[in-house]
Amino acid sequence: MSIEINHISKSFGKFNALQDINFTVPSGELVALLGPSGCGKTTLLRIIAGLESPGEGRIAFHGDDTTDLDVRKRQVGFVFQHYALFRHMTVFENVAFGLRVRPKTTRPNEAEIRRRVHELLNLVQLDWLADRYPPQLSGGQRQRIALARALAVEPKVLLLDEPFGALDAKVRKDLRRWLRRLHDELHITSVFVTHDQEEALEVADTIVVMNHGKVEQIGSPQQVYDQPASPFVYQFLGNVNQFESRVTKGRAKIEDIHIDSTEHHAVEDADALAYVRPHDIEVFTEPNGHASFPATVSYIHSLGPLVRLELQRNAENTIIEAELTRERFLQLQLKEGSQVHVRPRHVRVFLKPSA
Amino acid sequence: MSTISVTQHSRYQAKVARSRATSEPAWIRWVLIAIALAFLTLFLFIPLAAVFTEALRKGFDTYINALVDPDALSAIQLTLIAAAIALPLNLVFGVAAAWAIAKFDFKGKSILITLIDLPFAVSPVVAGLIYVLIFGLQGWFGEWLLDHDMKVIFAIPGIVLATVFVTFPFIARELIPLMQAQGKDEEEAALVLGASGWQILWRVTLPNIKWGLLYGMILTNARAMGEFGAVSVVSGHIRGMTNTMPLLVEILYNEYQYAAAFAVASLLALLALVTLALKTFVEWQAAKNAEETELAVMQS
Repeated sequence: MSIEINHISKSFGKFNALQDINFTVPSGELVALLGPSGCGKTTLLRIIAGLESPGEGRIAFHGDDTTDLDVRKRQVGFVFQHYALFRHMTVFENVAFGLRVRPKTTRPNEAEIRRRVHELLNLVQLDWLADRYPPQLSGGQRQRIALARALAVEPKVLLLDEPFGALDAKVRKDLRRWLRRLHDELHITSVFVTHDQEEALEVADTIVVMNHGKVEQIGSPQQVYDQPASPFVYQFLGNVNQFESRVTKGRAKIEDIHIDSTEHHAVEDADALAYVRPHDIEVFTEPNGHASFPATVSYIHSLGPLVRLELQRNAENTIIEAELTRERFLQLQLKEGSQVHVRPRHVRVFLKPSA
Repeated sequence: MSTISVTQHSRYQAKVARSRATSEPAWIRWVLIAIALAFLTLFLFIPLAAVFTEALRKGFDTYINALVDPDALSAIQLTLIAAAIALPLNLVFGVAAAWAIAKFDFKGKSILITLIDLPFAVSPVVAGLIYVLIFGLQGWFGEWLLDHDMKVIFAIPGIVLATVFVTFPFIARELIPLMQAQGKDEEEAALVLGASGWQILWRVTLPNIKWGLLYGMILTNARAMGEFGAVSVVSGHIRGMTNTMPLLVEILYNEYQYAAAFAVASLLALLALVTLALKTFVEWQAAKNAEETELAVMQS
């Protein structure tokens, strides 16, 4: 069941939450809506669910327009950020709720409800908690029960709002891997909202990066990480160094380093920003023939397999971040205050928007 | 072993240090407690005791006779009727208003909240006069009502109206903050799962607010039975017909029938005591529920 999002816009008063959103979630995929808070990702998810109506545009599930369809009839599974479990019902009754509220004609009998609920509780590996109440569960357990409850109505699509947002780091990691495995088992078209790039990169098939109510980029985790479509995506996904630059006749310049910038070969002369990931910063102690610029080591974080350096550029008062492997770091024998030469290995240049 | 005793010791010390930091010298504490107790005795316990002593002064038989007097029985009946109508009406209104205010955004919401508070702000006598102005003989609908042979003022409908008016903030006021705190996540979850509006109300919303609702109902009932001002204006004090218990107390007292007046008053005082007991029980239950939730959250 694919989800087609066509020209969706939404505003709250004068605030434009969403502006002309267009994309399709292919059937059976797990898609992440990634963006900073306030970017409109949750609003979009709620519009897909039918909890919010779009100002303009249409939503279709597998070609069938659902824009005006009542939430109850959309057959979506929705997992809320704070789980929204019914606090006065046992875990069993929470999961059974979607079946019990069906009209008499389509409601399964008690034995069938029992069987289905236990099947789902087994699926989320929490059958032993059936008689507990939500407040007696841990955050991770509540999240899994919320998921079982959403799946009980056999939804066509599964929507998750910041599913791991309220959990601590360890549980979060376990749970998102578990969600990925569960998705691989069930193959239900799923969309989840997150502001955590690591989470999106690890779990999703496709990432939709959003900012200020617009889609910045859509692509696989590899694509959005390696070929960010905009400065925003570059900065939002992982650490990045930003350099003031100028593009002249298709070549960008950082200090004395010239970089071929093929996508801007037609540009005569313009201000630009160049982006380099910390692991694409090469550091050496003596000039080695390659173009480079000098810097001073101002801080060393040497925890784990990678050593992070903060380097103060000699030419101007800015800090750049570099990541070295431990071997390379030991080989260079760097200390705080060491003079080094820096060469960006892989640079991406974006023109500054003309004012 | 030693580590345990050390931690216990330090915890004990922390406790002592904390209480020392926030407590006053013993004599100040005792003086404050004594003042509070003296105040309570003077203004609450003595009058309460007085009500029962006065009621029973002329013996238990007189007491019972005063209560089974036809006028007294009629007043008791009328008070019960007024409360029995006002309570369900306020229940429906209170839940509806609180639901609308807590779970939806609409224009005029703050006006609605202000209007709900109106009976608290207006003197009950004024509330009664409003009804006389509208439904009384010289009022807006007076002639029309007379033509259709209907009586509101100086009759039971007027008493019920006045009672509903003075009691209608209680349930709504109790529920609004509770429902606002609970948010609408659970209702939305139920909606997505396919539940209808009724199903959401009965299966999700009401179970979540039941303690607050009960508390509001107790307060409403107490006020409905005890209301004097508004009811006094619209009642006309017709013995055996439009007298409620509080009104009868006043009449009996003015006629120097002290024993009878205090006998009826003792019923109202008993009602107050029962209300207090129920209220304490409900508060205790609600707190226990909240505590269990909190404890479970802390353990998880």
